Amino acid sequence: MVRKAVKAGSPEDRLLPQGRLSGPMPWIIAIMTFLTVLACSAGIALQQGAATVADAVANRLTVQVVEPEATRRETDVLRILKNLDGMPAIKRISPVPRDVLVRQLEPWLGRDIAAADIPIPALIDVDLAVSGAQAEAAAWDITRRVDAVSTKAHVQPHAAYLEPVALLVRAIGGLAYAIVALMAIATGCAVVLAARAAHATHRGTIEIMHMLGATDRQVMRLFQRRMTLDVSFGALLGLLVAVAVILLVGRSLSLLANDLVSSAGLPDWGWVVLPLLPLAFVGLAWIAARMTLQRALARSL
Amino acid sequence: MATIVQFENIGLRYGLGAETLSDLNFSLEQGQFYFLTGASGAGKTSLLKLLYLAQRPSRGAIRLFGTDVVTMARTRMPGFRRRIGVVFQDFRLVPHLSAHDNIALPLRIAGVPEAQLQGPVDEMLHWVGLSDRATALPATLSGGEQQRAAIARAVIGRPELLVADEPTGNVDMEMAARLITLFEALNKLGTTIVVATHDFNLLGKVTDARMMRLDRGRLVDPTGMLRYPPRIEPVEPPRW
Repeated sequence: MVRKAVKAGSPEDRLLPQGRLSGPMPWIIAIMTFLTVLACSAGIALQQGAATVADAVANRLTVQVVEPEATRRETDVLRILKNLDGMPAIKRISPVPRDVLVRQLEPWLGRDIAAADIPIPALIDVDLAVSGAQAEAAAWDITRRVDAVSTKAHVQPHAAYLEPVALLVRAIGGLAYAIVALMAIATGCAVVLAARAAHATHRGTIEIMHMLGATDRQVMRLFQRRMTLDVSFGALLGLLVAVAVILLVGRSLSLLANDLVSSAGLPDWGWVVLPLLPLAFVGLAWIAARMTLQRALARSL
Repeated sequence: MATIVQFENIGLRYGLGAETLSDLNFSLEQGQFYFLTGASGAGKTSLLKLLYLAQRPSRGAIRLFGTDVVTMARTRMPGFRRRIGVVFQDFRLVPHLSAHDNIALPLRIAGVPEAQLQGPVDEMLHWVGLSDRATALPATLSGGEQQRAAIARAVIGRPELLVADEPTGNVDMEMAARLITLFEALNKLGTTIVVATHDFNLLGKVTDARMMRLDRGRLVDPTGMLRYPPRIEPVEPPRW
Protein backbone atom coordinates (compact mmCIF):
# COMPACT_ATOMS: atom_id res chain seq x y z
CA MET A 1 0.00 0.00 0.00
CA VAL A 2 1.49 3.25 -1.14
CA ARG A 3 0.07 5.35 1.66
CA LYS A 4 1.72 3.29 4.38
CA ALA A 5 5.03 3.21 2.61
CA VAL A 6 5.37 6.97 2.42
CA LYS A 7 7.82 8.52 4.85
CA ALA A 8 6.37 9.83 8.08
CA GLY A 9 6.52 13.46 9.21
CA SER A 10 4.58 16.50 8.11
CA PRO A 11 4.76 17.19 4.37
CA GLU A 12 6.20 20.65 5.00
CA ASP A 13 9.00 19.12 7.09
CA ARG A 14 10.01 17.00 4.13
CA LEU A 15 10.30 19.86 1.67
CA LEU A 16 13.70 20.92 3.00
CA PRO A 17 16.21 18.11 3.21
CA GLN A 18 18.26 19.03 6.28
CA GLY A 19 17.55 17.47 9.63
CA ARG A 20 16.25 19.89 12.20
CA LEU A 21 19.45 20.17 14.19
CA SER A 22 21.92 19.63 11.42
CA GLY A 23 24.52 22.19 10.49
CA PRO A 24 26.42 24.54 12.75
CA MET A 25 23.62 27.08 13.17
CA PRO A 26 22.15 25.82 16.49
CA TRP A 27 25.60 25.48 18.01
CA ILE A 28 26.68 28.96 16.91
CA ILE A 29 23.51 30.39 18.42
CA ALA A 30 24.08 28.35 21.60
CA ILE A 31 27.59 29.81 21.98
CA MET A 32 26.36 33.33 21.20
CA THR A 33 23.53 33.04 23.71
CA PHE A 34 25.84 31.57 26.35
CA LEU A 35 28.30 34.46 26.00
CA THR A 36 25.55 37.07 25.80
CA VAL A 37 23.77 35.83 28.90
CA LEU A 38 27.09 35.77 30.77
CA ALA A 39 27.99 39.27 29.60
CA CYS A 40 24.56 40.60 30.48
CA SER A 41 24.58 39.01 33.92
CA ALA A 42 28.08 40.42 34.51
CA GLY A 43 26.85 43.86 33.47
CA ILE A 44 23.83 43.69 35.77
CA ALA A 45 25.86 42.32 38.69
CA LEU A 46 28.62 44.91 38.33
CA GLN A 47 26.17 47.79 38.09
CA GLN A 48 24.42 46.41 41.13
CA GLY A 49 27.74 46.04 42.99
CA ALA A 50 28.83 49.55 42.06
CA ALA A 51 25.50 50.95 43.22
CA THR A 52 25.64 49.01 46.51
CA VAL A 53 29.18 50.13 47.25
CA ALA A 54 28.38 53.72 46.30
CA ASP A 55 25.34 53.67 48.60
CA ALA A 56 27.38 52.16 51.41
CA VAL A 57 30.18 54.71 51.28
CA ALA A 58 28.29 57.77 50.14
CA ASN A 59 27.34 58.84 53.69
CA ARG A 60 30.47 57.81 55.53
CA LEU A 61 33.65 59.69 56.27
CA THR A 62 36.75 59.21 58.37
CA VAL A 63 38.61 61.82 60.37
CA GLN A 64 42.31 61.03 60.37
CA VAL A 65 44.52 62.59 63.07
CA VAL A 66 48.17 62.32 62.02
CA GLU A 67 49.73 63.94 65.07
CA PRO A 68 53.00 62.01 65.82
CA GLU A 69 52.99 62.80 69.51
CA ALA A 70 50.69 60.27 71.25
CA THR A 71 49.36 62.42 74.09
CA ARG A 72 48.58 65.35 71.86
CA ARG A 73 46.94 62.94 69.36
CA GLU A 74 44.65 61.59 72.13
CA THR A 75 43.78 65.10 73.15
CA ASP A 76 42.99 66.10 69.55
CA VAL A 77 40.73 63.09 69.15
CA LEU A 78 38.80 63.96 72.31
CA ARG A 79 38.47 67.60 71.25
CA ILE A 80 37.25 66.62 67.78
CA LEU A 81 34.69 64.23 69.28
CA LYS A 82 33.49 66.95 71.57
CA ASN A 83 33.37 69.49 68.75
CA LEU A 84 31.33 67.23 66.49
CA ASP A 85 29.07 65.91 69.21
CA GLY A 86 25.47 66.98 68.84
CA MET A 87 25.62 67.79 65.13
CA PRO A 88 22.19 66.83 63.73
CA ALA A 89 23.73 65.61 60.45
CA ILE A 90 25.75 62.96 62.26
CA LYS A 91 24.07 59.64 62.95
CA ARG A 92 26.99 57.90 64.62
CA ILE A 93 30.53 58.87 65.52
CA SER A 94 33.10 56.50 66.98
CA PRO A 95 36.88 56.44 67.27
CA VAL A 96 38.49 53.35 65.78
CA PRO A 97 40.14 51.38 68.63
CA ARG A 98 43.93 51.29 68.43
CA ASP A 99 44.06 47.46 68.51
CA VAL A 100 41.85 47.35 65.41
CA LEU A 101 44.26 49.68 63.62
CA VAL A 102 47.23 47.62 64.74
CA ARG A 103 45.58 44.43 63.48
CA GLN A 104 44.91 46.04 60.09
CA LEU A 105 48.49 47.22 59.75
CA GLU A 106 50.07 43.91 60.84
CA PRO A 107 50.26 42.42 57.32
CA TRP A 108 52.46 45.33 56.22
CA LEU A 109 54.33 46.37 59.34
CA GLY A 110 54.63 43.08 61.22
CA ARG A 111 53.41 41.77 64.58
CA ASP A 112 55.69 43.99 66.66
CA ILE A 113 54.04 47.17 65.52
CA ALA A 114 52.35 47.69 68.89
CA ALA A 115 55.67 47.54 70.73
CA ALA A 116 57.54 49.56 68.12
CA ASP A 117 57.66 53.28 68.43
CA ILE A 118 55.76 53.89 65.19
CA PRO A 119 53.21 56.68 65.30
CA ILE A 120 49.88 55.33 64.11
CA PRO A 121 47.31 57.95 63.13
CA ALA A 122 44.07 57.97 65.08
CA LEU A 123 40.87 57.41 63.09
CA ILE A 124 37.33 58.49 63.84
CA ASP A 125 34.50 56.93 61.79
CA VAL A 126 31.53 59.18 61.10
CA ASP A 127 28.19 58.00 59.71
CA LEU A 128 25.99 60.77 58.41
CA ALA A 129 22.25 60.89 58.89
CA VAL A 130 21.81 62.79 55.63
CA SER A 131 22.63 62.09 52.01
CA GLY A 132 23.19 63.83 48.70
CA ALA A 133 23.75 67.58 48.83
CA GLN A 134 23.01 67.64 52.54
CA ALA A 135 25.80 65.09 53.08
CA GLU A 136 28.19 67.26 51.13
CA ALA A 137 27.25 70.28 53.23
CA ALA A 138 27.64 68.24 56.41
CA ALA A 139 31.07 67.01 55.29
CA TRP A 140 32.12 70.56 54.62
CA ASP A 141 30.87 71.64 58.08
CA ILE A 142 32.69 68.72 59.76
CA THR A 143 35.90 69.62 57.91
CA ARG A 144 35.62 73.20 59.14
CA ARG A 145 35.11 72.06 62.75
CA VAL A 146 37.97 69.54 62.58
CA ASP A 147 40.31 72.15 61.10
CA ALA A 148 39.43 74.45 63.99
CA VAL A 149 40.72 71.82 66.45
CA SER A 150 43.89 70.67 64.69
CA THR A 151 45.73 71.36 61.50
CA LYS A 152 47.02 67.77 61.56
CA ALA A 153 43.54 66.25 61.30
CA HIS A 154 41.99 65.54 57.88
CA VAL A 155 38.50 64.57 56.84
CA GLN A 156 38.27 61.88 54.16
CA PRO A 157 34.83 61.12 52.66
CA HIS A 158 34.82 57.43 51.70
CA ALA A 159 33.10 58.20 48.41
CA ALA A 160 36.10 60.28 47.37
CA TYR A 161 38.60 57.43 47.41
CA LEU A 162 36.15 54.71 46.38
CA GLU A 163 34.74 56.74 43.49
CA PRO A 164 37.45 55.58 41.02
CA VAL A 165 36.67 51.97 41.95
CA ALA A 166 32.96 52.53 41.48
CA LEU A 167 33.67 54.25 38.17
CA LEU A 168 35.79 51.31 37.03
CA VAL A 169 33.10 48.84 38.05
CA ARG A 170 30.50 50.89 36.22
CA ALA A 171 32.74 51.06 33.14
CA ILE A 172 33.20 47.28 33.14
CA GLY A 173 29.44 46.91 33.53
CA GLY A 174 28.92 49.23 30.56
CA LEU A 175 31.44 47.21 28.59
CA ALA A 176 29.45 44.08 29.37
CA TYR A 177 26.32 45.71 27.97
CA ALA A 178 28.28 46.75 24.88
CA ILE A 179 29.31 43.10 24.47
CA VAL A 180 25.63 42.14 24.66
CA ALA A 181 24.84 44.59 21.86
CA LEU A 182 27.75 43.32 19.76
CA MET A 183 26.65 39.73 20.31
CA ALA A 184 23.15 40.62 19.15
CA ILE A 185 24.60 42.15 15.98
CA ALA A 186 26.87 39.13 15.46
CA THR A 187 23.90 36.81 15.93
CA GLY A 188 21.90 38.75 13.38
CA CYS A 189 24.83 38.51 10.93
CA ALA A 190 25.21 34.78 11.58
CA VAL A 191 21.53 34.24 10.87
CA VAL A 192 21.75 36.33 7.68
CA LEU A 193 24.71 34.23 6.50
CA ALA A 194 22.93 31.01 7.43
CA ALA A 195 19.78 32.12 5.61
CA ARG A 196 21.80 33.03 2.52
CA ALA A 197 23.62 29.71 2.63
CA ALA A 198 20.35 27.83 3.08
CA HIS A 199 18.84 29.74 0.18
CA ALA A 200 21.83 28.96 -2.01
CA THR A 201 21.78 25.29 -1.00
CA HIS A 202 18.08 24.90 -1.71
CA ARG A 203 17.89 27.19 -4.72
CA GLY A 204 16.94 24.25 -6.96
CA THR A 205 14.10 23.17 -4.71
CA ILE A 206 12.89 26.76 -4.37
CA GLU A 207 12.90 27.20 -8.15
CA ILE A 208 10.86 24.05 -8.59
CA MET A 209 8.42 25.16 -5.92
CA HIS A 210 8.09 28.55 -7.59
CA MET A 211 7.46 26.92 -10.95
CA LEU A 212 4.74 24.80 -9.37
CA GLY A 213 3.04 27.92 -8.04
CA ALA A 214 4.46 28.30 -4.55
CA THR A 215 4.35 31.85 -3.23
CA ASP A 216 7.32 33.59 -1.60
CA ARG A 217 5.39 33.39 1.64
CA GLN A 218 5.14 29.59 1.42
CA VAL A 219 8.85 29.26 0.72
CA MET A 220 9.78 31.69 3.48
CA ARG A 221 7.57 29.91 5.96
CA LEU A 222 9.50 26.70 5.36
CA PHE A 223 12.85 28.35 5.96
CA GLN A 224 11.70 30.45 8.85
CA ARG A 225 10.21 27.47 10.61
CA ARG A 226 13.45 25.53 10.23
CA MET A 227 15.61 28.45 11.30
CA THR A 228 13.38 29.35 14.24
CA LEU A 229 13.61 25.76 15.47
CA ASP A 230 17.40 25.76 15.11
CA VAL A 231 17.79 29.14 16.81
CA SER A 232 15.35 28.21 19.60
CA PHE A 233 17.28 25.05 20.34
CA GLY A 234 20.61 26.91 20.35
CA ALA A 235 19.26 29.77 22.45
CA LEU A 236 17.73 27.44 25.03
CA LEU A 237 20.91 25.39 25.28
CA GLY A 238 23.04 28.52 25.63
CA LEU A 239 20.72 29.92 28.31
CA LEU A 240 20.74 26.72 30.37
CA VAL A 241 24.53 26.42 30.33
CA ALA A 242 24.95 30.13 31.10
CA VAL A 243 22.53 29.97 34.04
CA ALA A 244 24.43 26.95 35.39
CA VAL A 245 27.70 28.87 35.14
CA ILE A 246 26.18 31.98 36.76
CA LEU A 247 24.87 29.92 39.67
CA LEU A 248 28.26 28.23 40.13
CA VAL A 249 30.18 31.52 39.97
CA GLY A 250 27.66 33.20 42.25
CA ARG A 251 28.07 30.43 44.79
CA SER A 252 31.85 30.76 44.68
CA LEU A 253 31.71 34.56 45.03
CA SER A 254 29.34 34.38 47.95
CA LEU A 255 32.02 32.48 49.85
CA LEU A 256 34.42 35.42 49.48
CA ALA A 257 34.32 37.82 52.43
CA ASN A 258 34.72 40.88 50.27
CA ASP A 259 32.21 43.70 50.40
CA LEU A 260 32.57 44.67 46.76
CA VAL A 261 32.43 41.13 45.41
CA SER A 262 29.63 39.95 47.66
CA SER A 263 27.58 43.01 46.81
CA ALA A 264 27.83 42.23 43.07
CA GLY A 265 24.95 39.75 43.06
CA LEU A 266 22.25 39.34 40.46
CA PRO A 267 19.06 41.11 41.60
CA ASP A 268 15.66 39.47 41.16
CA TRP A 269 14.85 41.53 38.08
CA GLY A 270 18.12 40.25 36.55
CA TRP A 271 16.72 36.71 36.60
CA VAL A 272 13.74 38.00 34.64
CA VAL A 273 15.92 39.80 32.09
CA LEU A 274 18.27 36.88 31.33
CA PRO A 275 15.62 34.49 29.87
CA LEU A 276 14.39 37.37 27.71
CA LEU A 277 17.74 37.45 25.89
CA PRO A 278 17.30 34.09 24.11
CA LEU A 279 13.74 35.10 23.27
CA ALA A 280 15.10 38.31 21.78
CA PHE A 281 17.64 36.23 19.82
CA VAL A 282 14.87 34.05 18.39
CA GLY A 283 12.92 37.17 17.41
CA LEU A 284 16.01 38.74 15.91
CA ALA A 285 16.81 35.56 13.97
CA TRP A 286 13.24 35.38 12.70
CA ILE A 287 13.38 38.95 11.40
CA ALA A 288 16.90 38.56 9.94
CA ALA A 289 15.99 35.31 8.18
CA ARG A 290 12.78 36.80 6.82
CA MET A 291 14.44 39.93 5.46
CA THR A 292 17.31 37.96 3.91
CA LEU A 293 15.02 35.45 2.23
CA GLN A 294 12.59 38.12 1.12
CA ARG A 295 15.42 39.94 -0.60
CA ALA A 296 16.79 36.75 -2.16
CA LEU A 297 13.39 35.59 -3.39
CA ALA A 298 12.57 39.00 -4.81
CA ARG A 299 15.51 38.58 -7.20
CA SER A 300 13.88 35.55 -8.79
CA LEU A 301 10.97 35.80 -11.21
CA MET B 1 -12.38 28.95 -29.50
CA ALA B 2 -10.94 31.18 -26.80
CA THR B 3 -7.35 32.25 -27.00
CA ILE B 4 -5.40 31.10 -24.00
CA VAL B 5 -1.96 32.44 -24.98
CA GLN B 6 -1.05 35.31 -27.21
CA PHE B 7 2.49 36.34 -28.16
CA GLU B 8 2.96 39.73 -29.81
CA ASN B 9 6.35 40.73 -31.26
CA ILE B 10 8.16 38.73 -28.65
CA GLY B 11 11.93 38.87 -28.53
CA LEU B 12 14.15 37.20 -25.96
CA ARG B 13 17.77 38.01 -25.40
CA TYR B 14 20.04 36.55 -22.71
CA GLY B 15 22.49 39.18 -21.51
CA LEU B 16 24.05 41.18 -24.32
CA GLY B 17 24.01 38.35 -26.87
CA ALA B 18 21.94 38.04 -30.00
CA GLU B 19 18.22 37.41 -29.67
CA THR B 20 17.41 33.81 -28.91
CA LEU B 21 13.81 34.34 -29.94
CA SER B 22 12.76 36.99 -32.42
CA ASP B 23 9.46 38.46 -33.58
CA LEU B 24 7.23 35.72 -32.27
CA ASN B 25 3.59 36.34 -33.09
CA PHE B 26 1.17 33.55 -32.43
CA SER B 27 -1.75 32.54 -30.31
CA LEU B 28 -2.76 29.25 -28.73
CA GLU B 29 -6.37 28.27 -28.53
CA GLN B 30 -7.94 26.74 -25.52
CA GLY B 31 -8.28 22.96 -25.72
CA GLN B 32 -5.87 22.54 -28.62
CA PHE B 33 -2.89 20.21 -28.84
CA TYR B 34 0.33 21.77 -30.15
CA PHE B 35 3.65 20.27 -31.06
CA LEU B 36 6.63 22.58 -31.06
CA THR B 37 9.48 21.32 -33.18
CA GLY B 38 12.82 22.60 -34.26
CA ALA B 39 16.44 21.67 -34.26
CA SER B 40 18.50 21.73 -31.08
CA GLY B 41 19.24 25.33 -30.18
CA ALA B 42 16.31 26.64 -32.20
CA GLY B 43 14.81 28.16 -29.04
CA LYS B 44 12.15 25.59 -28.11
CA THR B 45 13.05 25.54 -24.41
CA SER B 46 13.29 29.36 -24.32
CA LEU B 47 9.83 29.65 -25.82
CA LEU B 48 8.45 27.16 -23.32
CA LYS B 49 10.09 29.12 -20.49
CA LEU B 50 8.16 32.18 -21.60
CA LEU B 51 5.01 30.07 -21.61
CA TYR B 52 5.45 28.73 -18.10
CA LEU B 53 6.57 32.09 -16.71
CA ALA B 54 10.16 31.16 -15.93
CA GLN B 55 11.39 34.00 -18.09
CA ARG B 56 10.22 37.45 -19.10
CA PRO B 57 10.73 38.45 -22.73
CA SER B 58 13.13 41.26 -23.64
CA ARG B 59 10.40 42.87 -25.71
CA GLY B 60 6.85 42.36 -26.82
CA ALA B 61 3.70 41.35 -24.98
CA ILE B 62 2.43 38.01 -23.74
CA ARG B 63 -1.17 37.55 -22.74
CA LEU B 64 -1.82 34.44 -20.73
CA PHE B 65 -5.36 33.53 -19.72
CA GLY B 66 -6.30 37.02 -20.88
CA THR B 67 -3.77 38.83 -18.70
CA ASP B 68 -0.60 40.64 -19.70
CA VAL B 69 2.02 38.62 -17.85
CA VAL B 70 5.03 40.68 -18.98
CA THR B 71 4.15 43.68 -16.86
CA MET B 72 2.34 41.69 -14.20
CA ALA B 73 3.64 41.97 -10.62
CA ARG B 74 5.63 38.91 -9.57
CA THR B 75 3.36 38.45 -6.57
CA ARG B 76 0.60 37.47 -8.99
CA MET B 77 2.75 34.88 -10.78
CA PRO B 78 2.07 31.92 -8.44
CA GLY B 79 -1.65 32.03 -9.17
CA PHE B 80 -0.95 31.81 -12.89
CA ARG B 81 1.71 29.13 -12.49
CA ARG B 82 -0.76 26.89 -10.68
CA ARG B 83 -2.84 26.88 -13.83
CA ILE B 84 0.13 25.62 -15.85
CA GLY B 85 1.63 22.13 -15.70
CA VAL B 86 5.27 21.83 -16.71
CA VAL B 87 7.32 18.81 -17.71
CA PHE B 88 10.91 19.99 -17.62
CA GLN B 89 13.47 18.62 -20.01
CA ASP B 90 15.71 17.72 -17.05
CA PHE B 91 12.69 16.55 -15.00
CA ARG B 92 13.53 18.80 -12.02
CA LEU B 93 12.28 16.39 -9.43
CA VAL B 94 13.03 17.49 -5.86
CA PRO B 95 15.93 15.18 -5.05
CA HIS B 96 15.14 14.52 -1.39
CA LEU B 97 11.45 13.82 -1.95
CA SER B 98 10.10 10.42 -2.89
CA ALA B 99 8.30 9.90 -6.19
CA HIS B 100 5.04 10.05 -4.22
CA ASP B 101 5.90 13.37 -2.57
CA ASN B 102 7.19 14.85 -5.81
CA ILE B 103 3.91 14.04 -7.53
CA ALA B 104 1.94 15.37 -4.55
CA LEU B 105 3.92 18.62 -4.47
CA PRO B 106 1.66 20.78 -6.72
CA LEU B 107 -1.40 19.78 -4.71
CA ARG B 108 0.34 20.51 -1.42
CA ILE B 109 1.46 23.89 -2.72
CA ALA B 110 -2.12 24.57 -3.78
CA GLY B 111 -3.20 23.78 -0.24
CA VAL B 112 -5.10 20.55 -0.93
CA PRO B 113 -5.67 18.81 2.43
CA GLU B 114 -3.66 15.62 2.96
CA ALA B 115 -6.81 13.53 3.22
CA GLN B 116 -7.92 14.60 -0.25
CA LEU B 117 -4.51 14.27 -1.77
CA GLN B 118 -3.84 10.58 -1.43
CA GLY B 119 -6.39 9.36 -3.95
CA PRO B 120 -5.20 11.45 -6.89
CA VAL B 121 -1.54 10.75 -6.12
CA ASP B 122 -2.09 6.99 -5.92
CA GLU B 123 -4.08 7.10 -9.11
CA MET B 124 -1.40 9.08 -10.89
CA LEU B 125 1.35 6.78 -9.62
CA HIS B 126 -0.60 3.83 -10.94
CA TRP B 127 -1.27 5.59 -14.20
CA VAL B 128 2.41 6.22 -14.95
CA GLY B 129 3.36 2.78 -13.67
CA LEU B 130 5.23 3.92 -10.57
CA SER B 131 3.02 2.49 -7.82
CA ASP B 132 5.74 0.13 -6.69
CA ARG B 133 8.32 2.93 -6.78
CA ALA B 134 6.32 5.45 -4.74
CA THR B 135 8.84 5.68 -1.93
CA ALA B 136 11.90 5.74 -4.16
CA LEU B 137 13.99 8.88 -4.31
CA PRO B 138 14.63 10.38 -7.76
CA ALA B 139 18.30 9.37 -7.66
CA THR B 140 17.26 5.73 -7.49
CA LEU B 141 14.79 6.01 -10.36
CA SER B 142 15.78 5.33 -13.95
CA GLY B 143 15.64 8.17 -16.49
CA GLY B 144 12.32 6.91 -17.80
CA GLU B 145 10.87 6.59 -14.31
CA GLN B 146 11.98 10.09 -13.45
CA GLN B 147 10.35 11.37 -16.60
CA ARG B 148 7.11 9.60 -15.79
CA ALA B 149 7.16 11.02 -12.26
CA ALA B 150 7.77 14.50 -13.72
CA ILE B 151 4.82 14.06 -16.09
CA ALA B 152 2.58 12.83 -13.29
CA ARG B 153 3.56 15.87 -11.23
CA ALA B 154 2.77 18.18 -14.14
CA VAL B 155 -0.69 16.80 -14.81
CA ILE B 156 -1.93 15.96 -11.31
CA GLY B 157 -3.33 19.44 -10.76
CA ARG B 158 -5.41 19.26 -13.97
CA PRO B 159 -3.71 22.35 -15.41
CA GLU B 160 -5.39 24.54 -18.00
CA LEU B 161 -2.15 24.63 -19.96
CA LEU B 162 0.37 21.80 -20.04
CA VAL B 163 3.85 22.58 -21.30
CA ALA B 164 6.15 19.62 -21.88
CA ASP B 165 9.76 19.86 -22.98
CA GLU B 166 10.80 16.63 -24.71
CA PRO B 167 8.53 14.53 -22.50
CA THR B 168 9.26 11.29 -24.27
CA GLY B 169 12.98 11.71 -24.65
CA ASN B 170 13.90 9.09 -22.09
CA VAL B 171 11.16 6.51 -22.41
CA ASP B 172 10.68 3.58 -24.73
CA MET B 173 8.19 3.69 -27.57
CA GLU B 174 5.49 1.90 -25.63
CA MET B 175 5.72 4.34 -22.69
CA ALA B 176 5.91 7.26 -25.13
CA ALA B 177 2.65 6.11 -26.69
CA ARG B 178 1.06 5.79 -23.23
CA LEU B 179 2.20 9.27 -22.27
CA ILE B 180 0.85 10.77 -25.46
CA THR B 181 -2.42 8.98 -24.78
CA LEU B 182 -2.44 10.61 -21.33
CA PHE B 183 -1.84 14.00 -22.88
CA GLU B 184 -4.63 13.39 -25.35
CA ALA B 185 -6.96 12.41 -22.54
CA LEU B 186 -6.10 15.57 -20.68
CA ASN B 187 -6.54 17.54 -23.88
CA LYS B 188 -10.02 16.10 -24.28
CA LEU B 189 -10.80 17.33 -20.77
CA GLY B 190 -9.99 20.83 -21.96
CA THR B 191 -6.31 21.24 -21.17
CA THR B 192 -4.28 23.03 -23.81
CA ILE B 193 -1.13 21.02 -24.50
CA VAL B 194 2.17 22.24 -25.87
CA VAL B 195 4.76 19.52 -26.41
CA ALA B 196 8.24 20.39 -27.58
CA THR B 197 9.83 17.48 -29.34
CA HIS B 198 12.04 16.49 -32.19
CA ASP B 199 10.60 13.02 -32.31
CA PHE B 200 8.76 13.13 -35.64
CA ASN B 201 7.12 9.78 -34.93
CA LEU B 202 5.23 11.46 -32.13
CA LEU B 203 3.68 14.10 -34.35
CA GLY B 204 1.45 11.73 -36.23
CA LYS B 205 0.15 10.07 -33.11
CA VAL B 206 -2.14 12.88 -32.12
CA THR B 207 -4.96 13.60 -34.48
CA ASP B 208 -5.90 17.26 -34.80
CA ALA B 209 -2.62 18.38 -33.27
CA ARG B 210 -1.17 21.60 -34.59
CA MET B 211 2.49 22.07 -35.23
CA MET B 212 4.78 25.02 -34.69
CA ARG B 213 8.34 24.97 -35.90
CA LEU B 214 11.13 27.15 -34.63
CA ASP B 215 14.21 27.89 -36.67
CA ARG B 216 16.93 30.00 -35.11
CA GLY B 217 14.49 31.66 -32.79
CA ARG B 218 11.77 32.40 -35.32
CA LEU B 219 8.51 30.63 -35.99
CA VAL B 220 8.60 29.23 -39.50
CA ASP B 221 6.60 27.08 -41.81
CA PRO B 222 6.13 23.78 -40.00
CA THR B 223 6.66 21.75 -43.14
CA GLY B 224 9.94 23.51 -43.83
CA MET B 225 9.07 23.59 -47.50
CA LEU B 226 7.61 27.06 -47.98
CA ARG B 227 9.87 29.91 -48.88
CA TYR B 228 7.59 32.51 -47.29
CA PRO B 229 5.97 30.67 -44.40
CA PRO B 230 3.02 32.03 -42.47
CA ARG B 231 4.14 33.56 -39.20
CA ILE B 232 1.05 34.15 -37.16
CA GLU B 233 -1.14 31.06 -37.18
CA PRO B 234 0.33 27.59 -36.72
CA VAL B 235 -0.82 25.24 -39.45
CA GLU B 236 -1.96 21.66 -39.38
CA PRO B 237 0.93 19.19 -39.16
CA PRO B 238 1.64 17.09 -42.22
CA ARG B 239 0.55 13.48 -42.20
CA TRP B 240 3.47 11.12 -42.32
